[in-house]
Amino acid sequence: MKNWIAFWNILAKDMRTYYLKPPNISWGIIFPIVWTGMFFIKSGSGLESVLSLLPGVMTISILFGTTSVLSVTITFERRSRSFERLLLAPISLELLMLAKTSGAILFGVVNVFVPVIIAVFVADLSGITWSLVIPAILLIAVVSTFFGLFIAVSVSEVFEAQTFSNFFRFPMIFLCGLFFPIMSLPVFIRPLSYILPITYGVDILHGAITGEHIMSLTLDFLVIGAFCVVLFLLSLYNIKRKWIS
Amino acid sequence: MQSESTIAFEVSKLTKRYGEVVAVNDISFSVARGELFGFLGPNGAGKTTTINVLTGLARPDAGTINIGGIDCTHNPKAAQHLVGVVPDESNLYAELTGFDNLCFCAALYGMRKNERQERARDLLAIVGLTDAANRKFANYSKGMKRKLTFAAGIIHQPPILFLDEPTTGIDVASARQVRQIIASLHRKGTTVFLTTHYIEEAERLCERIAFIVSGRIVRIDRTADLLQPVKGKNILVLSISNYEPGISEEIAKAFPEYHVQSTNQGKVRVESAEQIIVGPLVHFLEERGIQMTEARRQVPSLEDVFVRVTGIEAGLMKKEK
Repeated sequence: MKNWIAFWNILAKDMRTYYLKPPNISWGIIFPIVWTGMFFIKSGSGLESVLSLLPGVMTISILFGTTSVLSVTITFERRSRSFERLLLAPISLELLMLAKTSGAILFGVVNVFVPVIIAVFVADLSGITWSLVIPAILLIAVVSTFFGLFIAVSVSEVFEAQTFSNFFRFPMIFLCGLFFPIMSLPVFIRPLSYILPITYGVDILHGAITGEHIMSLTLDFLVIGAFCVVLFLLSLYNIKRKWIS
Repeated sequence: MQSESTIAFEVSKLTKRYGEVVAVNDISFSVARGELFGFLGPNGAGKTTTINVLTGLARPDAGTINIGGIDCTHNPKAAQHLVGVVPDESNLYAELTGFDNLCFCAALYGMRKNERQERARDLLAIVGLTDAANRKFANYSKGMKRKLTFAAGIIHQPPILFLDEPTTGIDVASARQVRQIIASLHRKGTTVFLTTHYIEEAERLCERIAFIVSGRIVRIDRTADLLQPVKGKNILVLSISNYEPGISEEIAKAFPEYHVQSTNQGKVRVESAEQIIVGPLVHFLEERGIQMTEARRQVPSLEDVFVRVTGIEAGLMKKEK
């Protein structure tokens, strides 16, 4: 019980202090709209193309929603030493880091509703397999968040966290099949797509929304799940090695 | 030798390295339950590293740590519920108010909402910050920040409290208030481990003191016992403008009845059980072209013991981090 009081209060504090701030909320709303509009206009097709754009826009909303704040706040708390206060608390490091990342996961999941709600008004969503979409959203949010955590614990300055986040996030837009099928990428670039976790989440979303996926959905779930575990364990290892050394 | 049941915590042959630097070098000591124990040393002596290792913020390279009967050497989390920590720098959340900061810290120890709000209000009153309870921590003065950080360290009423230079860099009134709170906690039975580079603070507060220099404990004893050798002694500190190494040896040779020691700030410390007569000393120095700018008599204190044991000039200790 005591652990959960600590967990809930860390999560609530982070939501209040970092995520539910006007700049983040507006970013969460504007960013997906801009990307949807950009690709919609670029495609030159009618409203029927919205469904094919939806997996990419949903993923981008989660990816940027989860990683934008987390990597910066953890690095910032580390620099200001307030993170030490969390490390001194009698809760396990695993639970502590889950509490720290839950805010980002929730924020990413909430962000994804912006493009979905827009799509409700402009497209027919009756053919979507929601039983696949929901776990896919959760897994993409978790893996993106743990990816942000991995970056946060690999750097020591706030600006490094921002730089590294962008260094990985922007290529992911083009490499993970968000808007361009992986099969249309040059053959020598494709291996990069398969080592990025987002590829597997996007594939599930494509399968659930448009029925077109390039890998077995079971494989997608297994690989993205494995990425979640590995990124979290690597982050914990780095924290122990670098911050509690 | 203390029995196990009376020991609050104990370290044995503790060593901590950062690369080539040995920050803490094979130290051993134990602190009794309810004791106020001082860890006195200059900046960079290894005081903060010791606290970090004891509280789980750093891992020891060698040695063992036992807190409250729990072996924490490899599992520092096991005893974190027993300890409170006031770090050497304020580390609360700038964007939260004083009240919210305390409530948040209480929640980290699993305290329920009513309990933590009540405790936060009590502590704000104790540290004199009730009026600033709803102000953001970022807008607090340095002294206020220090006091709130102190309150956060004791929010869960820990039986063992680690204080890392709690009065460094704050105004006299705040420092005095912090010292009063430390004394009050001690009276109520809290075990306090206090690191400081303020010798007078250690002398005034601590029952037992360890001197730490370059990661090693050079002396550990009861404060009263540490002071014993200087009780009734006369001390004269000579400030010399054209100081040269070897001058103290020359004085010692000429005045064998005095104990003479050079310090590292162009000063010579003369100590004797008898009254020290300044005239012959001045004459002796003048004859050798040595310019003495000041001869100051000192009331013997822990500072003299520290200087004698460590050879470190007390003025260096007073320098802020």
